[in-house]
Parts: sequence; structure tokens; C-alpha cells
Amino acid sequence: MKYSYKVPCKKEKLRDIRSFVKEILDKHGLSEIDASTLVLAIDEVCANLIIHAHQCNAKDSIELQISVKQNDGIIFDIIDKAEIFDIGQYEEPKLEDIIKKQRKGGLGLILVKRIMDDIEIIHDSSRNICRLTKRIDVI
Amino acid sequence: MVDVKRIQEGKYDLITIVGEVDASSSIELDNAIAEAIKSGNKAFLVDCTSLEYISSAGLGVFMSYIEDFKKNDIHIVLFGMNEKVRNVFEILGLDQLLTIRGEKEEAKSAL
Repeated sequence: MKYSYKVPCKKEKLRDIRSFVKEILDKHGLSEIDASTLVLAIDEVCANLIIHAHQCNAKDSIELQISVKQNDGIIFDIIDKAEIFDIGQYEEPKLEDIIKKQRKGGLGLILVKRIMDDIEIIHDSSRNICRLTKRIDVI
Repeated sequence: MVDVKRIQEGKYDLITIVGEVDASSSIELDNAIAEAIKSGNKAFLVDCTSLEYISSAGLGVFMSYIEDFKKNDIHIVLFGMNEKVRNVFEILGLDQLLTIRGEKEEAKSAL
């Protein structure tokens, strides 16, 4: 099964993105806790793109595609024309450093790395895809 | 969308978070915690019973004040998180850095 959702780059849209993902995961029989962690990871990547890559410019948009495969699990593709930051290369800051420097950011990508099984950045001719894979039982 | 209320309850202030804290609403939580610190009070309970969702933006708010809490000898205890919200704190290990309790009474005795 494939699903897709395109949204303008507004922070206020994050809530709609979460509802969209949640609805699909519920449909495929994920437990509430599994669904909520995956929703969180998608929220984090989208927030990162909307805020940092697009500076919340509502004229830009990002697209989310979700493929659910019974034997493989779930693939989330977040598609963007802007450059996508390579999360795979992201070196996790130490929590102690974040606390000492009183930083508010930097936690989102740590969450994504801990929640997802695979993170891949694919550069196409006209777009960039952040592919997040979760190997999990689905119906 | 989030509402943050603060009321004085005897020796401590009770901060209640209602709704979802994400990248678009974390500023509300940030302002509320900053004001709480500025108030000069030293004891706070944070009621998370109606906190439906928190992303890293909200966690970051708590993280960024940990040093201020220490410096100003402020005691803050969070309580009433649902399983999903608690899970987010645990993924990052924030449950080890902040004091989190199940019920309000437990939270009061942990102050």
C-alpha cells in the first residue's frame, strides 16, 4: 500500500502531518506506542526541513510518501527539492553538552536515529529523498 | 497547540501543560518555564496529565533549563505523563536527568 501527502512548509502543518501518519499506521495494525514513536520521527524530520531548509516559507512544499509492505515493514520517503541534510552522517551531540550549552535544538535527529532502522539520503536529478525504514510487523 | 497554566498551590507552583508541544508550539512552554524561573519560586510541579504529545522541541525546552534549575536551586518534578509521552523522554534518557513521577502525590513528596 502506498500513501502520499504534500504540505506547504509551515510549522502549523506538522500537526496535520502527524494525523496523516497516525491514521495510516493505525490502519496497518501498529500498537499505539509503536505508531506514536514513528509519528514522532516523521514529525522531527519534517520540522527540521520546514524550519531549517525552507525557513518556514509556505510557498515551498515537502512531500511524504509511505509504503507499507507486509514482509519488509514501512518505508517513509520525505521528498524535497531543497538540499536534505544527511542524518546518517549526523554525529550525535552528547546530552551533557546540550545541557551545559543550554541548547534547545539537536535532539530531534538523535530521536530519528534511535527510532528508525535505516536512514538513507537519495539524490535524484531534481529532488532529494530522505528514506526512513522501519522493519516492523504490519497487517 | 498548547496551553500552559501556572497556579500557586501552597509551597509550590503547579504548571499544567495541556495539548501538544511541537516545533510550532514549544515557544509557549519555553516562555512559561522562563517566567516560572523569574518568579523566584523554588518548587514546581509540572502536571503532564493532559500533555498529549511532545517532540524534541518540547524536550529541548526542559533540557535547556536544567542548568538554570541547578544554579538557582529550583526543584521541579514532572508527573502524570501518558505512556507515549513518557516513552519519548525515555528514548533520549531524559527520564534520568529530570525527576518524573506517576501521580501528583508522589510528585509532591519528591519535591
